[in-house]
Amino acid sequence: MPASHLLSLLIWLPIVGAILVLVFGRQAQTARWLALGFAAATFVLSIPLWTGYDTGGPVMQFVESLPWINALHANYALGADGISVALIVLTTLAHLLVVIGSWGQIKDRVPLFMAALLGMEGVLVGVFAATDALLFYVFFEAMLIPMFIMIGVWGGPRRIYATLKFFIYTFFGSIFMLIALIYLHLKTGEFSLASFASASLSSKEQAWLFFAFVAGFAIKVPMWPVHTWLPDAHVEAPTGGSIILAAIMLKVGGYGFIRFSLPITPDASLEYAWVMIAASLIAIVYIGHVALVQPDLKKLIAYSSVAHMAFVTLGTFIALALVREAGNPAGARLGIQGAMVQMISHGFVSGALFACIGIMYERMHTRLIKDYGGIGHVMPWFGVFWVLFAMANCGLPGTSGFVGEFMVILASFQTKPLIAFIAAYTLIIGAAYSLWLVKRIIYGPVANDHVAAMRPLDAREWIVLAVFALGVLAVGVYPKFLTDLMEPAVQQIVTQLGQAKV
Amino acid sequence: MNPTMIAFNSADLATLAPEIFLLGATCAILLIDLFLKPSQRNVTHVLALLALVVTAVLLWRGASAPRLLAFNGMFVRDGVAAILKLFIVLTTALVFLYSRSYMRERKLLVGEFYLLLLFATLGMMLLVSAGSLVTVYLGLELLTLSSYALVALNRDSVLSSEAAIKYFVLGALASGMLLYGMSMLYGATATLDLAKIHAVADFSAASPHRTLLAFGLVFLVAGIGFKLGAAPFHMWLPDVYHGAPTSITLFISSGSKLAAVGMAYRLLEGALGGMSGDWTLMLSVLAVLSLAVGNVVAIAQTNLKRMLAYSTISHIGFLLLGFINGTAAGLAAALFYMICYALMAAAAFGVIMLLARAGFEAEEIDDFKGLNRRSPWYAGMMAITMFSLAGVPPLFGFFAKLMVLKVVIDAGHLWLAIVAIIFAIVGLFYYLRVVKVMYFDAPADDSELALPADLPFRWALSLNALALVVLGVAWSPLLDWCNQALAASLSASP
Repeated sequence: MPASHLLSLLIWLPIVGAILVLVFGRQAQTARWLALGFAAATFVLSIPLWTGYDTGGPVMQFVESLPWINALHANYALGADGISVALIVLTTLAHLLVVIGSWGQIKDRVPLFMAALLGMEGVLVGVFAATDALLFYVFFEAMLIPMFIMIGVWGGPRRIYATLKFFIYTFFGSIFMLIALIYLHLKTGEFSLASFASASLSSKEQAWLFFAFVAGFAIKVPMWPVHTWLPDAHVEAPTGGSIILAAIMLKVGGYGFIRFSLPITPDASLEYAWVMIAASLIAIVYIGHVALVQPDLKKLIAYSSVAHMAFVTLGTFIALALVREAGNPAGARLGIQGAMVQMISHGFVSGALFACIGIMYERMHTRLIKDYGGIGHVMPWFGVFWVLFAMANCGLPGTSGFVGEFMVILASFQTKPLIAFIAAYTLIIGAAYSLWLVKRIIYGPVANDHVAAMRPLDAREWIVLAVFALGVLAVGVYPKFLTDLMEPAVQQIVTQLGQAKV
Repeated sequence: MNPTMIAFNSADLATLAPEIFLLGATCAILLIDLFLKPSQRNVTHVLALLALVVTAVLLWRGASAPRLLAFNGMFVRDGVAAILKLFIVLTTALVFLYSRSYMRERKLLVGEFYLLLLFATLGMMLLVSAGSLVTVYLGLELLTLSSYALVALNRDSVLSSEAAIKYFVLGALASGMLLYGMSMLYGATATLDLAKIHAVADFSAASPHRTLLAFGLVFLVAGIGFKLGAAPFHMWLPDVYHGAPTSITLFISSGSKLAAVGMAYRLLEGALGGMSGDWTLMLSVLAVLSLAVGNVVAIAQTNLKRMLAYSTISHIGFLLLGFINGTAAGLAAALFYMICYALMAAAAFGVIMLLARAGFEAEEIDDFKGLNRRSPWYAGMMAITMFSLAGVPPLFGFFAKLMVLKVVIDAGHLWLAIVAIIFAIVGLFYYLRVVKVMYFDAPADDSELALPADLPFRWALSLNALALVVLGVAWSPLLDWCNQALAASLSASP
């Protein structure tokens, strides 16, 4: 494969765009168009990444490497496997949709918002593309800054509390990961993920490293019991911020487990898999119930995000038990595939739901469920989309929500049917909170005059929701394009898991 | 060996060329300034900057030369001194650039301001090049006596005078401690030459001078702790930062801290490297105390200058962790950290001076409310500085912390690294609060900010803050330079 600078381009193009928007975007309209141009260009450029990924070739493709810091042997090293490719394309698509969706919603300090958005896009692509741990860490932390600004400037009434909590909470977790990375660096003399993965580590070392990684990634996912920043952040964030947070940023945690915890500390991951699985199951059941009683739309979806992301961690860690204890690599592949499909699916579904809430909030300026009712009469198309996304949220076959959860449950069943049984409870509780929500806001008589006065979807909003819907259906009906793309990477992870380090 | 026989070698003059030039230039500026009217102060300003530029060129030309001793080992010119001096000259130049309009509005733009700063710079250059206890003391006193006067420059202000008195009394006490420690070293080794102390002194436990040396070391560490502002010797710092005119605060927090690190390096590693087991222990206690006191007390501050004072204390704590394993890599990390901190402090105080007007200091955190609406560019510069101080990647401050943490973990002090990062998270809060105030709060009045029309100031400040971004990406050369200088200096000295 010829040398490619595609990944660098995808990282730096939006960042350059952010600077240009700040410099030339004095007029709100100029800033919007500039941002749209850059987001669209980045999305278009990310398509060759997907079409050009050769599933028969090496696992890491589009590889780039430049020496960065000589004294540390750290490199500006990028590369993408199927998982990264899928997440990068999701990132560029979601940002494009957010730029379009925020067109009229953000009226104050538009250039700053658009710049923060584009900066975030570049940094997120960087997270998914970095194959050097230091570079990864830099991107991993850098994404906090634009989100901090986004929630703090355009957020709701308690935005300052929420954004400080968000920043300090996630910073707290990741800084332990930094210690782990430095430790590994001293051990190997390098910062490349490949050298970390092949480092031989005692089981005690692995245990410490494992929990350092968990501190970083579990807060990001977020797993129960460190999820408490998420409802606050989601509720206060502007719509665009919520979409990025739910659709992309949470995925960084799941991605981190796959990229760091499993290859670097496989034995500790196996040893403590029960902790992760237990936390995931608690999240699925307990957080599902918490979601049920939320009076606030955004909070409900935020808690449902925590429950759904638990499938990602469940699928990831059930794979260990499958490959090591049950000697069932095929089942392990299913678990990891399911976790990854769930990440992409949740990206579409939660992104779409937050976009819907944004559309409602813009018209009514309230997020309380009791203020709504009968929207289906006033905004029929909106009702169609909402019901579709709610169905995907509760895992209806034919939507993306079904595929990932089903794969994870299936994988769990092959080793511990009880785990599968508990996890499958989500189908009931998920249906309960999703359908009840639909009943309360879409169906029934028009609740009040304000709802009656809601204007129907405009073309821009329609396009955003339609693209999300397309994604939900595409993954739901034909997930093979996604699983084929990720197969070599998943295969490699499972092979690595099979080999004990101690 | 006979100290009365000092052979004069004319080549020594070439070794000291930058210092000699700066001395000559300062004296010339002193004379020229006498004949200038207050309205012509710009001439002094330009001349002072010119003197610094030429000094920097002279330094740069000698920077890559091998280690040289001059005047019988009284003066050392090596890579470490070169790096420190270049950045000292740079920060002094930044002080001049940032201060002109600020000092003029306060009617403090007097010739003495330039002269005292230039003399202080000369003192710092001597200090970081010191090869003997005498030169250490000489350089230190030239620096601190100038600093006392600079803090008191605003003599009509009660706050300023109080700060100067406090600084003077505690500074004198610290100098006294340092001298006392030096006298013990002299008593144990009968020499003032740092390299000879290192060679002559018997640091082993069986040595008859062991106790004397250990006592001397304690006093030296206390003196160094005072000068750096490490807890528990930090009491003077917040008051002096608060009371001094902001341009002087900038100078004390950047250039003078660089010099103090140079002094610590010369005394601890140069003379007492054999006792590194003792002083690393003492410094790690100072480091943890500084991290705790600095970060926790900073949260309670409402005055930005005081907050930055406590932030300095916490950064000094981090810096001292670099000394912890006494290796070249560790000292290089400390040096790297100090350079980074000096740039960040310069940017932070620069923004404070930018916002200050006649009769208004802009030093309360609340004065920054809504800055983003009133001046997005400088709010951005301040935000960069704050994120960098907090150590958030991809900014420079993070990488300085990274290098120090690496050293600490490499030395096997994992718990120290964890203490350091926990306090870094505590510190995050108060830096974020400044960003919060600038971006999330509504301004007290929505008018466009009247910024000084001093374009060199505004350009230099923007470059200073943007350097934190650029160095966040391309910090490898600077780190390599520090590493090489330290490795060369350590291998050349015994």
